[in-house]
Amino acid sequence: MIERSLSSWTRHYIIILAALLVLTVVTVVVAGINFGAPSINVIVALTIAATKGTLVALYFMHLRHDHPINAIVFATGLAILALFLIFCLIDVETRAPIEPANFKPPAGAAPQRTAP
Amino acid sequence: MTDSAGTAHAGHGHGSKDFLQHHFADPGQQFAASKLGMWLFLVTELLLFGGLFVGYGIMHTRHPEAFQAAHVHLDRVLGMVNTVVLLLSSFTMAMAVACAQTNRRKLLVIFLAITLLFAGVFMCVKYFEYAHKFHEGLLPGKYYSHAGDTVPGQFMFFSFYFMMTGLHGIHVLAGMVVIAWILRRALRGDFSDRYYTPVDLTGLYWHLVDIIWIFLFPLLYLVS
Repeated sequence: MIERSLSSWTRHYIIILAALLVLTVVTVVVAGINFGAPSINVIVALTIAATKGTLVALYFMHLRHDHPINAIVFATGLAILALFLIFCLIDVETRAPIEPANFKPPAGAAPQRTAP
Repeated sequence: MTDSAGTAHAGHGHGSKDFLQHHFADPGQQFAASKLGMWLFLVTELLLFGGLFVGYGIMHTRHPEAFQAAHVHLDRVLGMVNTVVLLLSSFTMAMAVACAQTNRRKLLVIFLAITLLFAGVFMCVKYFEYAHKFHEGLLPGKYYSHAGDTVPGQFMFFSFYFMMTGLHGIHVLAGMVVIAWILRRALRGDFSDRYYTPVDLTGLYWHLVDIIWIFLFPLLYLVS
């Protein structure tokens, strides 16, 4: 960890805090805009959240100036989570829906697709 | 550093303000090892919440209409207030660590107390949100009893809402207990630029809890 004076830390952290607060407002404003497809809104919201998370991890959690082993551990965890998420979503998106055995379609709803 | 390490060694770390355990060569090594251990723990936390995020992703892609209709019941303003409160508490926690590093003992106590206060505000807002949902019957699974729904399946959203924010809330409460303990030790004068490991590691935990909320807020309150 790098040595700094308290006033230097304070300035540094206030800048990060300001960026995080601005991004929070941006997320809320952007959520009200229709980008044409709901998936684009989700991607925009998650990109902003990822940017905020990165700021917290790099500066509040000191990963930027810390021994790299800590960042490697954290990045490995994130990579495994990404694998988990991506393969689950690929799976769900490429097969017919499977409903629970006791599922009753609501009255007036379109007939459910069934698994082949 | 070598001098203090030597004296601490002689006393096996007991009674020394270095708190050096005898199986470490010096305080620097002890700090690095503790920190690596904390990061490993944080990764397990990440994967614990990760399972819920993946479940949410799957159910959301399966039932977008139900999730869209259900999220309207959440109060965006309260969600945003809580996001700001948690970001501010992360800032004060980071400041507390900086104060410990630079030997500002009084400021350390003040920043830890403010962090605890922000955590309390977060839990209060959460309490009012939960109370409102209980009142409306917006409950998980079979307990869902909200009247007048036009889109079916909204109970699914609330199963995820209560599971994810509930687990996060438990983490905030646990963080409050740990911060209170750190605050007590700070008042006792345990921490200095030579030894502030517990402050630093509590900070790491608190920031992770903040990062998880940073993702929960848009996913639960702003999905459109």
